[in-house]
Amino acid sequence: MTKAITVSGLRKSFGRTHALDGLDLDVETGEVHGFLGPNGSGKSTTIRVLLGLLRADSGAAQVLGRDPWKDAVEAHRRIAYVPGDVTLWRNLSGGEVIDLYGRLRGGLDPRRRAELVERFELDPTKKGRTYSKGNRQKVALVAAFASDVDLLILDEPTSGLDPLMEEVFRRCVEEERDRGRTVLLSSHILGEVEQLCDRVSIIRNGRTVESGSLADLRHLTRTSVTAELSGPPDGLADLPGVHGLEVRGHQVRLQVDPGGLDAVLRSLGASGVRSLTSAPPTLEELFLRHYQADAVREGAAR
Amino acid sequence: MTAVALASAGSRPLAGTGVLLRLALRRDRVLIPVWVAVTALMVLSMPGTLESLYGTPAERADLLRGTAANPSFRALIGPVFGDSTGALTAWRVGVYAGALAAVMSLLVVVRHTRDEEESGRQELVAAGMVGRRASLTAALLAAAVANAALALLVTAGLAGLGVAGALALGLGLAGTGMVFATLTAIVAQFTQSARLARGLTAGLLGAAFVLRAAGDAASDDGSSALTWASPLGWLENLRAFAGERWWVLWLCTLATCAQAAVAYALAGRRDVGMSFWPARPGPATGRLGTPGALAWRLQRGSVLGWGTGFFLAGVVYGGLADGVTDLVGDNAGARAIFERMGGRSGLTDAFLASMSGMLGLVAALFVVGSVLRLHGEETSLRAEPVLANAVGRVRWAAGHLLIAFAGSALIMLLAGLGLAAGHGRRVGPLLAGCLVQLPAIWLVGALAVLLYGVLPRAATAAWGIAGAVLLIGWVGPALDLPRAVLDLSPYGHLPKLPGGTMEWPPVLTLLALAAALTAAGLAGLRGRDVAG
Repeated sequence: MTKAITVSGLRKSFGRTHALDGLDLDVETGEVHGFLGPNGSGKSTTIRVLLGLLRADSGAAQVLGRDPWKDAVEAHRRIAYVPGDVTLWRNLSGGEVIDLYGRLRGGLDPRRRAELVERFELDPTKKGRTYSKGNRQKVALVAAFASDVDLLILDEPTSGLDPLMEEVFRRCVEEERDRGRTVLLSSHILGEVEQLCDRVSIIRNGRTVESGSLADLRHLTRTSVTAELSGPPDGLADLPGVHGLEVRGHQVRLQVDPGGLDAVLRSLGASGVRSLTSAPPTLEELFLRHYQADAVREGAAR
Repeated sequence: MTAVALASAGSRPLAGTGVLLRLALRRDRVLIPVWVAVTALMVLSMPGTLESLYGTPAERADLLRGTAANPSFRALIGPVFGDSTGALTAWRVGVYAGALAAVMSLLVVVRHTRDEEESGRQELVAAGMVGRRASLTAALLAAAVANAALALLVTAGLAGLGVAGALALGLGLAGTGMVFATLTAIVAQFTQSARLARGLTAGLLGAAFVLRAAGDAASDDGSSALTWASPLGWLENLRAFAGERWWVLWLCTLATCAQAAVAYALAGRRDVGMSFWPARPGPATGRLGTPGALAWRLQRGSVLGWGTGFFLAGVVYGGLADGVTDLVGDNAGARAIFERMGGRSGLTDAFLASMSGMLGLVAALFVVGSVLRLHGEETSLRAEPVLANAVGRVRWAAGHLLIAFAGSALIMLLAGLGLAAGHGRRVGPLLAGCLVQLPAIWLVGALAVLLYGVLPRAATAAWGIAGAVLLIGWVGPALDLPRAVLDLSPYGHLPKLPGGTMEWPPVLTLLALAAALTAAGLAGLRGRDVAG
């Protein structure tokens, strides 16, 4: 078994809304997989299908080699889940909830629990109603990271955490990876995904629009080049794959598709290069390009 | 001192009250009208019932003599001050309608003060153009609107029996409501939990009832100091329709103003969201490890509260049983009602059986509330992470259902023990009379499970089922409703114990139905989506 999660052609409708419209997702065992998409794109619905809380209308899904609907309980023994919006019982302390969740899963490592409570600076004696949003989130995170499980499903887990706690969270995820555990991290915070994830799947309107390693995805996008030349540039506009060309005297800015990079560099070299910066595409650009392109297409169709 | 008080209230302390009051009334657009209508109906339906029961002067004289001679009956309802239909109405429903007005006021006030703070919504409101005293003022005004509506309905509805008496009873009910509204406002300053604020104020209302009951048991004209110590006793001492003592209304007014002043002073001295009793920390590690243990932890307070209440009610009813024969005496109408409710084998048995039946009806509310905890856990999104663990849905639901079904058995058992303790003998038959209610209680619970499992959006309709069953059971015997209507309620099929004979077929049928509906509800839960 090398895949922790396989999903293909998943569909789920609520009345007339098609929340999932043929979604595909593959998560390899031992990887941290980013699950990206704007609000309402179907991330949480997918996760709830993977947890057996929702029954898919059609399509296939397997989690840890099991059917998430039929074998929910057995699958959940090896899964820890952190929802994006944690609600606690008002009269139970955070510590009680952590231990309860641990016992309802495969068990809890008490040393790891104590260490995590310390690192997240969580007061486990407070009652559910007195925690702030970030602290409620920490309760669920400590319970998940301290559990003895193979797969962590985290649905926008850092909402409400401050930057210091986000850093603690990132370290914890890296530690989970080092121990060989699989993490599915749903997020719309690109920096987080870029730092942590081995591979990402981008979804929109209930469908997977892109999936692969960050290197794979960068391959699909443009490199930004800024150069100062000793003479006026020549013929750049006619090269294939060049976009957004701006020429101001001897200054050149442009974006270029991966296939056109070589030709661009030759052309720049012919004019004499004084300085050159080139930036690899960020996930952000990739993301924006996808959604902007889609939005433009939808706008045109209207 | 004045400067401090001014500083604590800030500038324009009442800014925004109007908007907040409109918001409160809009949010309570179902709660207040329903509560006011039910309370008013209870009062306004009484003259007709009483005239059919005690139509002749001789029957009324009997009743007056009976209550004067029976301290336990006075404790339950209060002393009678006159034999007019109006005076009897005020006697029979006054204390209970007053208690209903008090509960309505406490719910409204907590809903718009502590509930808002606990949920964090108050922060958003207080950040607007809202004075520091606006929220509390709006909550008290909302309660005042509700109580004024009740006073208006009661006065208008009973005016035919005497305008002065009707006005006195209406104002008395509203006054009682406002005394408890402002008392709630004080309690809400002390706790951080809205649930605790409601529980504490309800406890104070219970204490007011007990004080009045003890005072009325001791004296037959309401003059005991204990009666005067209770706002519910003021209502009876107002003597509506029996030479009204208008000055008693000043007591309500004074208490309302004094309590409001205390509440404002306390509210001005604390931070939003905080309270005078800080929340106690809990344990850093927990021992809960199963869904069943979690369900018990969440519901144990409710089970203990209901159990205590049922036991005490049993003691009171058991203690009344022997006096009932004197009280009902030769009144054929009252005797017929008890016989319809409790069977035909002697008045004492009929009374005990009908009280067991009453408690059985009320237990329908417990079982529905307990089953619908599942619905509450699901809609509040607390069920989702629990079910994402190695916990099957049926196992999760079973924890709460075990408490609903075994808890009903426990509270009925306690009611039976209470009846036996109050009555002083016949433990076995009295326990049987209470436990025989269980098949009907469980069937109502099973209907709630079915609704929750199969039609989760309509799950709260289970309260409607419990309400309908209560209505048929309470009003049915007095109105002598046709058999076909009484048969709609599962309670109509139960044998009347003690006194009657045990009949197994209807009991077993109800049990089988309850089991089948519960199983169907659980099957529905297994096959559907969990709300998110």
